[in-house]
Order: sequence, then C-alpha cells, then structure tokens
Amino acid sequence: MIEAGLVIGGGIAGIQSALDLADQGYKVYLIEKNPSIGGKMAQLDKTFPTLDCAACIMTPKMVDAGRHPNIVLLAYSEVQDIRKVGDIFKVKITLKPRYVDETKCTGCGVCAQHCPVEAPNEFDERVGVRKAIYVPFPQAVPLIYTIDKDSCIDCGLCEKVCQAKAIDRQQQPKEIEVEVGAIVVSTGFELFDAREKEEYGYGIYPNVITGLTLERLLSASGPTGGHIVRPSDGKIPLRVSFVQCVGSRDEKSGNSYCSRVCCMYATKEAILLKEHVPGIDETIFYMDIRAYGKGFEEFYQRAKQEFGIKYIRGRVAEIIEDTRTQNLFLTVENTETGEILEQEADIVVLSAGLVSPRNNDLAKILPIPVGDDGFFVSSHPKLDPVTTKMEGVFIAGTAEGPKDIPDAVTQASAAAMKASNLLK
Amino acid sequence: MKEHLAKELEARYIDELDMTLTDSLTKAGAEKINLCIQCGTCSASCPIGTRTALRTRQVIRRAQLGFRDEVFSNKGLWLCTTCSTCTQRCPRDVNPMEVLIGVRSLLVEGGNVPTTVRDALEGVFKYGNPWGISRSKRTEWAKDLRVKQVSEGEKAGLLYFVGCAASYDPRAQEVARALAKNLNASGTNFSIMGEKESCCGNEIYALGEKGLFSILVEDNLNLFDRYGVTEIITTSPHCFNAFKNRYGSKDLTVQHYTQHLANLIDKGELKLSKKVEKKVTFQDPCYLGKHNNVYDEPRRVIENIPGVEFLEIPMSKGRSVCCEGGGGRMWVDVPGQRATENRVKEAVSIGADILAVACPFCLLTFEDAIKTTGNEGLIQAMDINELVAKAL
Repeated sequence: MIEAGLVIGGGIAGIQSALDLADQGYKVYLIEKNPSIGGKMAQLDKTFPTLDCAACIMTPKMVDAGRHPNIVLLAYSEVQDIRKVGDIFKVKITLKPRYVDETKCTGCGVCAQHCPVEAPNEFDERVGVRKAIYVPFPQAVPLIYTIDKDSCIDCGLCEKVCQAKAIDRQQQPKEIEVEVGAIVVSTGFELFDAREKEEYGYGIYPNVITGLTLERLLSASGPTGGHIVRPSDGKIPLRVSFVQCVGSRDEKSGNSYCSRVCCMYATKEAILLKEHVPGIDETIFYMDIRAYGKGFEEFYQRAKQEFGIKYIRGRVAEIIEDTRTQNLFLTVENTETGEILEQEADIVVLSAGLVSPRNNDLAKILPIPVGDDGFFVSSHPKLDPVTTKMEGVFIAGTAEGPKDIPDAVTQASAAAMKASNLLK
Repeated sequence: MKEHLAKELEARYIDELDMTLTDSLTKAGAEKINLCIQCGTCSASCPIGTRTALRTRQVIRRAQLGFRDEVFSNKGLWLCTTCSTCTQRCPRDVNPMEVLIGVRSLLVEGGNVPTTVRDALEGVFKYGNPWGISRSKRTEWAKDLRVKQVSEGEKAGLLYFVGCAASYDPRAQEVARALAKNLNASGTNFSIMGEKESCCGNEIYALGEKGLFSILVEDNLNLFDRYGVTEIITTSPHCFNAFKNRYGSKDLTVQHYTQHLANLIDKGELKLSKKVEKKVTFQDPCYLGKHNNVYDEPRRVIENIPGVEFLEIPMSKGRSVCCEGGGGRMWVDVPGQRATENRVKEAVSIGADILAVACPFCLLTFEDAIKTTGNEGLIQAMDINELVAKAL
C-alpha cells in the first residue's frame, strides 16, 4: 500500500484535493502544466454571489499548497504515462524546462524588467503583454520565472542581470517516475471558442469580448489596472450588452448542455461594471436565468433592483459592427413583447460556456470514461459522483462538468476522501 | 400596457383551441415543433421579420398553444423566403423554416393561398413552369446554339437542367446561353431535356404544395431514368437543392454549375484567356451557401477569370443577404425597401463594377435593385457564366 497520491491539475479543485490529502498525512504529488497553480479562478476578479475577491481567497490556499510539507508541487510539468501494476500506479512525469533554476530563482523580477521581448499575455486573455521571461501573475505559486522559448530571442540580458545566477538556458526537460496509490483528476475546463459562432463576430470585431476577458479588464491587477476601456479605442463604454448561452444549450455548437455558471457570472460582471463605471447602461439577453444556488436568486434580484441592470428574454441572433464607430448592433427579439430590437452597444460581452479542454492527451493516457459532452463521467451521477470506473482514479472540479467554485471545492474534498481510502 | 403583450397571453376558452394542431404540423413536415423553447433566435435572424410583422417564434408558439385562427390568418406566412437562416441558427434543431412550410402546406390543402401563388402553382401543374408559359417555348433560349436534346435509346449521362427562370425569363435566358457556351468550350458532353423539362419543384415545396411536389419528383425521376441521366448540373441553386436534398434519389450526382466549372478549371479543361478587367464582388445565393455550404467553388471560378479583381463584400458567405426571390417570393411582394437595395449600395461602396450572381432569382432581384437605387451606371449584375463566357 502506497501512502502517496497524485492530483492532476492545480486549479482550485486540485489544490483543495491536494491539501485535504496532505492534511491527513499522505504524500501528494500536485502536477500542473502551467508555470503556476491557480487555474481559471486565479483569472477572476470577484466571485459570485458574495463578490469575494478571487485572488484574496485563493492565494492563501495556493501558498499552503506550495509550502505544505506533504505536497510535492510539480508545476510546469505534464503526465506522460500511467501504468497500473497491482494496486500501484506508476506515473511518468516530464518536468518541462523553465530555463531558470528553481532552486536559485528568488522571483525578484529583475530579469523581466530587462527583457526586450513582449508577447501576448495568456493570463490576461491576450489583452496586454508579458515578457518572454515571465511569471503569469504576481502571486504565482511557485514564484519562479519561466522563459517562453518561442518568443525568446536569446539576447542573454536576463542572464546578465540575474543576481541569483538562476538563468540556465541549456536546461533540459527532466523525466521522473513516481508511484502512487490513488489519482485525482482535476484538469479543469476551457472556455468555448466563440469564433465558432460566426454570427457574433468574435475575433473579428474588437469590441466583442468574452466574460473571461472582462474579468481581466475588471481586475485591478489586470492589463488596464481595473479601468474598463474598449479594446478598439480605449474609450470607456457606456452601453454594454451581455449575450448568454454562447456555445451552451446549442445544438449548432455541438454543446446541448447548460454551462451552469454563466447566468451568475454575467450578473456578477454587470454589477461590477456598475461599480467601475457609474451610469453605465447594461442589458443581459438571455433564454432563461438560472439562479439555482445559495444566494443566487437574491443576487439576481439585487442586480435588477439595486443596480438597474436590464434583463431581456431573447437569444441574440446576430451582431453587426458599425465600421465607423466600431460600436455593435445586436439583433434580438424581445420574446415577451414580440418586438425585434437593434440594440446598440459600445462593448458586447459573450457569456461563453465551459467546454472540456480540447487537447486532452490525458484521455489517451488514463482511459476513464468521457461523456457525450466531453467531460469525465463518474461511476454514478447521483450516488458516486467522484469515483470513476477505473479503480483508484477519482474526478473533481470542472473536469467532471461545469460547476461553480463551491461545488468544485466540495467535490475536490470528496475525491480526496475517496482517494485516501486507498492510501491507508 | 396590454396592447404591448403578445396575443398568446390573453385568455382563451379551451374549446377555442385546436390541440391537434402540432400533430397535424408534425405530419406536415414540422417534426421538431415541440422542441422549441421560444428563444427567439429565428424571429431575430429572419431578414423579413426585421421589417414586417412576421415573427417565426410566435407562429410556433401559437401553433403549440393551438391558436389555429391566428396561425392560419397570419399574412406573414407567405413572406418567408426559405433562406434557412433561422434553421441554421436554431439551438434546438427545430428547423423553423420547415415549420413555416408545414403551415403553408395546411393552408394549401384548404385552398387558402394568395392569388399570385395559386396562379404560379397552376402554371406548374398545367405547363410545367410557374409563369404558365407554353412548353413549346421552353427551348427558345437554345435556338441558335449547339445544344443536344435527350433522345430515346441514348444514355444521356450528363444532363444540363436549365430550370424555369433560365428557360423563360428573357434576362435569365442569357445565363443559359452563356452556360451552354462555356460547356461547349470545355468539350463537355451534355444534353438538355428540352420541352420535356418540367419545374424541379423547389419553390413548389417551399410554398407548401407537397402534393404537386411529389408528382413533380415522380415525373422527373422517371424522365431521368428513361433517358439514362446519371449526372445533373443546374443553372439555379434552387434546382440544385431540390435534386440533391429533396428528391431522395441515391443514383443521381447533382452539381450546381459553379461546382462543375470549378472542376473543369482545376483540371485545365476550361481555358480562359481573354481579360475581363473588372472589380467583381459575389452575392452568395441562400440555396447554394446557407442551405448547401457551397462557398468556395463560385469564388474559385471568379478568381480564375484573367483580369478580374475579386472583392469580398462584408457579411458574405453564411451571413450573406437574401435577395428575397426564394420561397415563392417571386410571386409574393412585400412593400418597403428590400435588403437588395442596401446591398447594392454596399457593393458600390466597396468599389465593385460587377455584382456577380449564381442564381437567376438573385440576378433578377438585384438588377431591379440597381435600377431602383439609381446605380445603373455604377454597377452591373452579371451571372458568373456570363463573366466566364466573356473570358473564353
């Protein structure tokens, strides 16, 4: 019996599972493919319905995970192969080269200050830039810089200025093998690629953005310092329209399921926008408002009554850009009155749905069942929601399906509990 | 306040409702009508809805609720062009276009159709074309051309199905002539049905006359069989759509002429040497593009014409403007400015000399729009065949 577990994916669910297992005394390998743990939650400004600051509530857990004596944090690493021998999983892991020595880097950031190369900042949804040597965000765990070799021009400036002599431009990937008794898969989600809905003009009209991009604009540590400005001209938008169910509940997108969080995240973003831009005019175009959780209905009513956000029942058919102003016109039927509206907006926010990650190599390595919707399937949807048909492998968080943070954390703790049964 | 509420919110007595209406519609082709969640995408996608009272969503709702009178008395029903934008976007795959056609078919069964529609249907029934012109005039367009007709005992192979518009309308006849010229220039071996050719029935189906449509299908398939037709190319995307998607024949290879010409160009069998020094933009026909996803071949043909500068108009391909000629609209008019008029202005503004079309309905409606917007000196509507013929 091995007293070690593996958690694949370092978002909020993975972090929670790892902490729960580690607190019980088991060794946990927490593996994350990005340079820092944190996942999507780290990108959010505030969370619904409490309007807690996402980074403020998450970073303590991130730091705990980074410092826990029982957690081996393998960030910027990927699972290559998993073989089960008896009750033991033999896992091959590649530690990708950061070209920075983890044991020496202090996270001081002088290298990035001198780096002459800028690249689109993935953490900020490609609004704004980062350097070729970077940390994805200031509170990154581990706080170790990484060189993006695709953008790096090998000028050597970082190496010259690094006081800790941490730059190692010849660094090679490292292969390790670990043995664990249980695995928790918490690989998260991706946002639906709204370019697929050609009629909305995403990717073509600069002022059509996704909810996740808006989170970065809202965030004080984001590319605009929390100032809400339009991508096309930097002007403050005074009329915003939200489009719900983009890539969800939509046979044409191939996703017939509901993404569960978009009604609430749009409501939240609309409330936050009112706080950033008093007097902003906001309309949310929806098919249904799903405010099912604890505090959700009250939050939605608050949005309408206290913040004056308008909700119109009608699914947006088309968005057209006015080429002179780069304002948008949304064509939508108000289904309650039968009136067809040509609503003008300075900026349009698409509430894009949650989909399973597209390059899912893990599905090839770990053959746990995947549903028609692309998410992992549990042994029993009601009575055994974190176990899978593969013994010793558990699922948690949005890897199992769209859900909000409380549900992801709950499921993560449940998965850790189930996993710990095998580690005794 | 009450005036603004949709009529279905008013109270009804249960015996005023027709609870079998969705069943009748399901049988009439609107199979998925009960899947509708009333999101309104269809109403807002509709090019007609945005300037008339036609609300596709509302038609479905009233049908679901059994409001027979309101459903059947809706004059907007005859305005649908069957462009299929609603069907392309419906998140529940209800196929709202097919629901409207289903309602039309119930009206047709009861004889409740506008007079102009009735005349068009009678024309097809009696003379094989909606203009009710004699069959003997069907091949006048080919009078001075080297065009072979099918004959008994010979396997026709490739059939050029001309279609009613290109056979009878003087302007559209020029398209048929150009296509025949192009096919001859490439050495393609083809025949036409001649006076035996009858309407393909695409618009008949779209108008809801499904009985007449099945007769046309049977007659046409028998004709094709009798003369050994295995491949068909059409002038019109409407005929292309009918043969490809509504005839249910597995033995026929059907192509729109742009696909055939693109093929010939790829194989080097159609030599275009004369320069046509024009700036050309393309009007994506609904029945080629939205219905059948054919966007590349027409562009490939245009771009291969020497001297042509191809300009892509904004909002093209899947988002292109409907000329409002389809769905029986050649026989039903709607007052007010057609989308074609704005589109002409847009084409002029991007610098196009020629608005290329690949459908006789687009040709006729856009030529009209060019006249009514006073743009006759600035831009010309031409079928792709006519451009190709100039380059031979």
